[in-house]
Amino acid sequence: MHIQSRTAVLADENIDTDRIIPARFLTTTTRKGLGKHCFNDWRYLADGSDNPCFPLNQVEARNCTIVVTGGNFGCGSSREHAPWALLDYGIKAILCSEIADIFRNNALKNGLLAIVIDERTHRYLLNTPGISLSIDVREQVIELPNSKHIRFELEPFARHCLLEGVDQLGFLTQHIASIEAFEAYHEAEAC
Amino acid sequence: MNQARTLFEKLWNAHVVTPESADRPAILYIDLHLLHEVTSPQAFARLRANGIPLRRTDRTVATLDHSTPTLPATADGKRPYINEAAKAQVAQLELNCREFGVCLHGWDSTERGIVHVIGPELGLTQPGMTVVCGDSHTSTHGAFGALAFGIGTTEVGHVMATQCLLQRKPKTLAIHLDGTLAPGVGAKDLILHIIGQIGVNGGNGHVIEYCGPLIKALSMEQRMTVCNMSIEAGARAGLIAPDDTTFRWLKNRPHAPQGAAWKKAVESWRKLKTDTGAHHDRTLYINANQIKPTVTYGTHPGTAIALDAPVPAPTNVMEQRALDYMQSCAGKPMQGTKVDMVFLGSCTNARLTDLREAAAILRGQRIADSVHMLVVPGSEAVRRAAEAEGLHQIFRASGATWRVPGCSMCIGMNGDLAACGQLVVSTSNRNFEGRQGKGVRTVLASPMTAAASAIAGTIADPRPYMEGVANLNTPAENF
Ligand code: SF4
Repeated sequence: MHIQSRTAVLADENIDTDRIIPARFLTTTTRKGLGKHCFNDWRYLADGSDNPCFPLNQVEARNCTIVVTGGNFGCGSSREHAPWALLDYGIKAILCSEIADIFRNNALKNGLLAIVIDERTHRYLLNTPGISLSIDVREQVIELPNSKHIRFELEPFARHCLLEGVDQLGFLTQHIASIEAFEAYHEAEAC
Repeated sequence: MNQARTLFEKLWNAHVVTPESADRPAILYIDLHLLHEVTSPQAFARLRANGIPLRRTDRTVATLDHSTPTLPATADGKRPYINEAAKAQVAQLELNCREFGVCLHGWDSTERGIVHVIGPELGLTQPGMTVVCGDSHTSTHGAFGALAFGIGTTEVGHVMATQCLLQRKPKTLAIHLDGTLAPGVGAKDLILHIIGQIGVNGGNGHVIEYCGPLIKALSMEQRMTVCNMSIEAGARAGLIAPDDTTFRWLKNRPHAPQGAAWKKAVESWRKLKTDTGAHHDRTLYINANQIKPTVTYGTHPGTAIALDAPVPAPTNVMEQRALDYMQSCAGKPMQGTKVDMVFLGSCTNARLTDLREAAAILRGQRIADSVHMLVVPGSEAVRRAAEAEGLHQIFRASGATWRVPGCSMCIGMNGDLAACGQLVVSTSNRNFEGRQGKGVRTVLASPMTAAASAIAGTIADPRPYMEGVANLNTPAENF
């Protein structure tokens, strides 16, 4: 799995899931179509036109699929609508030195690369928007324009699922015998 | 081998179906799965598409809370939904529950309410359990010594199909709390103070265990308020060891074990505590004696300060932007800031004692003409109990509006919102930009501070309003 793009930067810290997808757009029963409301209240002006101050509305940021964000990205609610919206908006990877737990988990389950990078690289990327990066999930490295390689950690099972296209529900279902055995024991103990 | 273990480890170990290894997370068994209309439809759709049944309907309970109107049905029985999408979302959960055989506390249930209020209330949440819900404030249930955490919709589907989750073992953070809460200072002030200390990311990757003499002294409802906001510090879950307070609260609840089973359960629940000498990854000590009524000044729950303390000077552009958004400035306390709306509600502070605390201050008083106050009980049971003791009349007489249970202005999905630029003193848990409406400024506070601020028309210290107000926490244990 390989992603190549110039970077766009959303430097704010603590960008919460309400900012990524405001609650009033959660009254949906599908995963589709959330992209047009991604960052809704930040991205559009009151009259519905594009907010020229929103970083991802800048000409240089258009078509960037890798976004470098300020610390603690994705904090707040557990809504999976946040990664759904980001993916639908066209974003494929989030790079940050700290990503909120539930968001990261949700993102990886949907193939959105929520990647934690070291603080030095993070500072560098925040300060140099628009550089071309290539993310290699198999090798767990990010290649910078100067051919420098930065290694990142990725939970091994999440990586395996991303690379092999493993469906985690399918994986769990394969263990149904163990689950049944556990259940029998667990429930006998409880009563 | 007699190894000292933390409460978290005991809960974790008791639910491991297969342990984690370097390349596989653990398979963790889930005892109780709570559902609501917002984060479940896509999971049900997946089951339907693949022809998979919901494995343990007896461990699954659903409610309607987020998209539901808090205005009563009209004479012809119609519910005033904010839009067709909200109505359709509720209808979808009703349909899904019928099709998959899930117990739903819907409109016709006398037990409907906010998912994190009804779980404990019905005795569904019990010590020693694993509890999940597609909702981050599932951490609330940790107050009972249950390992309870929020999950995404994909995982909701995993639990529906297998009653299990793939999980990496988190770290633990012990927060040892000493001292006592002064009059006028509630559990909400305590947890806001804690988040102010450790920061919105202070708990990332950790389960927080709250312990120490102060925690022992708190009521169940106060403990729920504390655990509820663990997620606002980024923690996976909050935990409190069960004790006699817990058992008294749970006894005779509809789903609690009865008779001999109750005795046996309590016996085993007593073992659910961190052993002396057990190791936490981090430990923090906080003395609560100095905590004052606390509010937020910024746009995340970590911006908590005493309401009479000066707003700190911003240290970077983002903090400056947050102050601009709040139309606030450094150096001035939040106290005295003009208030447009007051919201008393949410899974943080809409239980009976919360309503009593606010009502005690509002009794015989009028809220300021310029303030619109919404009181939304956390559940039908809370509403009934509050009405039985006449709290609704106190609220109404003061000029506040008494509504039907639901999440309401905590998230505003049902249309209960403030207008752009308005300032809301809110007993909910998130003051994020836009959470209560585009451009709305949210100040998080306790029910007591909310009530005092409604009367004053400005953010106000509740203590001067409390003469003759007794401690309201004990009787609610047996409502
Ligand atoms: S009251 Fe607020 S925080 Fe609680 S479940 Fe409802 S929306 Fe979520």
